[in-house]
Amino acid sequence: MQQIIYFFQKFKNFLFFLLLAFISLALTFNNLNFHKSKFVNSANFISGGLYSQVSNISEYWNLKSENKRLAEENKRLKNRLEKNNIMVFNVDSTIIDSTKYHQKYTFTTAKIINNNYTKDFNFLTINKGLNQGIGQEMAVINSKGIIGITDNTSNGYARVQSILNKNSKINARLKHSNYFGSLGWNGIDYNTVQLSDIPRQAPLQIGDTIETGGKSTIFPEGILIGVITKINKGNTADNTVDVTLFNDMSNLGYVYVIKNLDKKEIKSLEVLQDE
Amino acid sequence: MNKTINTPTLFFSLLFLQIFVLNNIHFLGFINPYLYIVFVFLYPLKENRIPFLFYSFLLGLSIDFFSDSGGIHALSILCIAYLRLFFIRLYFRKVVADYAFFKLKSESFGKIFNYTVTLTLIHHFIYFSFANFSFNNYANVLLNTLYSSIFTLVLYFLGTYIFTKKE
Repeated sequence: MQQIIYFFQKFKNFLFFLLLAFISLALTFNNLNFHKSKFVNSANFISGGLYSQVSNISEYWNLKSENKRLAEENKRLKNRLEKNNIMVFNVDSTIIDSTKYHQKYTFTTAKIINNNYTKDFNFLTINKGLNQGIGQEMAVINSKGIIGITDNTSNGYARVQSILNKNSKINARLKHSNYFGSLGWNGIDYNTVQLSDIPRQAPLQIGDTIETGGKSTIFPEGILIGVITKINKGNTADNTVDVTLFNDMSNLGYVYVIKNLDKKEIKSLEVLQDE
Repeated sequence: MNKTINTPTLFFSLLFLQIFVLNNIHFLGFINPYLYIVFVFLYPLKENRIPFLFYSFLLGLSIDFFSDSGGIHALSILCIAYLRLFFIRLYFRKVVADYAFFKLKSESFGKIFNYTVTLTLIHHFIYFSFANFSFNNYANVLLNTLYSSIFTLVLYFLGTYIFTKKE
């Protein structure tokens, strides 16, 4: 007994060091698992509150680019509305069947209060959380394209796993055909992501637009991502192409969070299939 | 620094400086200084090291909270906090009786330089190894360590130069 107490006395610093090192290692490993990091993330009350205070001040610097983005989005939506009007006129029917109306997605606006893009595993923080109906695994986009997937949420804030995260995997496809692959990031350039596992027979050309594929319950179909800028001609297994994003990930302001209302139904069907 | 700054002030000023200013620098696209490790350099030397280790860990963990990095900052600052005594013994040749009178600024510049450079390099190396989290592109880790260390050290020496009163 004496020996044990003596041992603890002698090595107390080292043992304390080991304890703290173990805690921090555990937190590090947990952080890289998708929505496993319950404790250490920026979506808590203190860091979220501080970040939103700071972003209230700094958002004035981005008003110009934010305005431009909004005007461009309005232009795009108005053009789509015009096309839609013509389609409505062409439809030869006077009855609108309101019982067939079905909403699949809801959109919530949020503001990005903390943005990272230089690390290998990047996360963003937004100023909406559980109180505003934001949960885990919802899509985060802006008018120019996709941004990420919500990860951990607190009452007022949520953490978003950016597409610039080495763990991120998003279903994406070519706009002009239905060939799809999975979109990831190699950690090098924050403007370029990698689309891999596209079928070999898919006709790829530089300048082709990539959009989300809608094969998952997170992202709706047809949200813009970027254009192909480099095609590897080599005979690699995973046929990877480089995609330059439409979004400038270093300058993000307001975003939309998309909730899939059918998610529970789809997930329950998929679970049934597995059994 | 003529009078010793008290620990809570140092702790919070370094924390806020790091998360609100230095984490957003992105010099040349990817280089950030990690100046919060100055806490380890400036914390007074005492015989009981447990509070010192704990405060360092807490500072690292607070920065982890803000930068979504799990426990990487906490781990790397903890390592240099633990190793600090060894390097003080090595470079400044102090024994236990000298601890209470040890002041970093009263030492010669060469010794301070060796001491800070060693600790900074160790910290940045641990930090970037875990931030990379794989054994691929280790050259990247080494380059990041080198550039960020230079940035941190330049800021540290400029800071001490500015805040030191001339007599």
